[in-house]
Amino acid sequence: MKNNKLSILLRGLIAENPVLVLVLGTCPTLAQSTSVIAALSMGIAATLVLVCSNMVISVLRKIIPDTVRIPCYIVVIAGFVTVVQLLMQAYLPDLYKMMGVYLALIVVNCIILGRAEMFARKNNVIDSALDGLGMGLGFLLALLAMATIREVFGNGSFAGIEISFLADYKIPILTQAPGGFLVFGILIAIVNKIGPKKGAEKRKNFSCEGCPSASLCGKVSCAENCELVAGGEPDAADTKKEEGNA
Amino acid sequence: MNKLTVSSSPHIHTSNSTQRIMLDVIIALLPTAVAGTVIFGLGSLLVMGVCVATAILSEFLFNIIVKKEQTVSDLSAIVTGLILALNLRADTPWWQCMLGTVFAIIVVKCLFGGLGCNFANPAITGRIFMMMSFASAVGGGAVPSIVEVSSSATPLELISGNKAGALPSLWDMLLGLRGGAIGEVCALAILLGFAYLVYRKVIHFETPLIFVGTVFVLSLIITNDLTLSLYQVLSGGLLFGAVFMATDYVTTPITRTGKMVFAVGCGLITVLIRFFGSYPEGVSFAILLMNILSPYIEKWTAKRPLGGKKA
Repeated sequence: MKNNKLSILLRGLIAENPVLVLVLGTCPTLAQSTSVIAALSMGIAATLVLVCSNMVISVLRKIIPDTVRIPCYIVVIAGFVTVVQLLMQAYLPDLYKMMGVYLALIVVNCIILGRAEMFARKNNVIDSALDGLGMGLGFLLALLAMATIREVFGNGSFAGIEISFLADYKIPILTQAPGGFLVFGILIAIVNKIGPKKGAEKRKNFSCEGCPSASLCGKVSCAENCELVAGGEPDAADTKKEEGNA
Repeated sequence: MNKLTVSSSPHIHTSNSTQRIMLDVIIALLPTAVAGTVIFGLGSLLVMGVCVATAILSEFLFNIIVKKEQTVSDLSAIVTGLILALNLRADTPWWQCMLGTVFAIIVVKCLFGGLGCNFANPAITGRIFMMMSFASAVGGGAVPSIVEVSSSATPLELISGNKAGALPSLWDMLLGLRGGAIGEVCALAILLGFAYLVYRKVIHFETPLIFVGTVFVLSLIITNDLTLSLYQVLSGGLLFGAVFMATDYVTTPITRTGKMVFAVGCGLITVLIRFFGSYPEGVSFAILLMNILSPYIEKWTAKRPLGGKKA
């Protein structure tokens, strides 16, 4: 059981990293990874909101009516974002100014809404908190990795501190939008390469939990579908080969 | 054991190979490269050497790493490296040249599946990458080493009023005695390469002609001044881009009508960026944007076989 809890926490770091594997929360990742400090503050703020909202939504999971769950989640998330926003405005005004509109945009961060929909509404409070923490840290990790690459090579500095030997070798495009997409793509490729090999399995695991058309679909799980496809393909290939031979 | 190979048409065999075509392009680029070396000095040789060597090496290593068939011998890497080098200033630092070339070869070409699968021209994308990264590498500022030039700004920067200085005469523009990138300044050398490519039937003459013609006509309409329009045609990377980059097989439409649409679009975007945009030069963006539109142009201009249904 304890092992299970640990795996919930660790899952978000690499295996199901929200940014690099699930490809959620792309907008804040691209926008806030130009400098390490911005990435760090964005990651911490989002993690705080994610843990709190996951817990509250998990507590309320039996009360919230299914048909209006998304608006309810957004109200909860927006509440916590406002708390973080006001706290930052009061105690860290410089950081608050630097984050600008992206702090408020945490409300519509896909990771937070996604975890509420995929995890918090089906699991107990402790598991949801752990999931939120793991996913938040995974987001933070991905942001930091991207921001480090972009700031060190694009601006010749780390967290605002100049790196003297890189001063003449800056690649400014990395700090611009195209560079963000480039680094993002390369990181996804690396994680895909070194991460756990799942292939078609990955799709099966997502199953109908987070699927928006689950009610219309009629199948018990997508695994059913996958098996059909997997079972059907070799046959088709065989037939083709036979035709070719004939 | 006797095998009968059954294949679909066409059955006509030609000795034309990718290698031969690329060799022709390299030959056509030589006058421009020589002119650039004469005008800007030995620095341009270094830039060209670094770019070509990096291009070959990066494609070679990429193919080894991803365990793909070695494609270096089709010479396309050399063409990309050379075209990119001719798009740069003669005093571009070596590491910037390497970075731009690696980007062009690995990211734009190899990652999309190698020659024939890339959606954008590697050299043009490499040029834009370097333009956005190191504004000075591509833009103006290079001074020809064999003549005294009053200003280092490119003619386009002078026309758009970004920098002050006297315009070089039209004759100097034709010979290439002006500021700019290695390969784009000497119009005569580019025309020589153009003539060779058309003679060898590597490219059709329409695309470059229509591209340049569109720019000329639109400039004439906007400025209402013949001399200024001629400057528009001769300055910047227009001639070089029209001859060597807008005629790339992979990234431009196949059909004749498609090629014409492509060329008109390139000219239109170039003029729009030059006259109304914030960059002084728009050729590379024009070609890249039309590269992206190429599949749609192709679909739109697809030939209908006799008696076939409407596409």
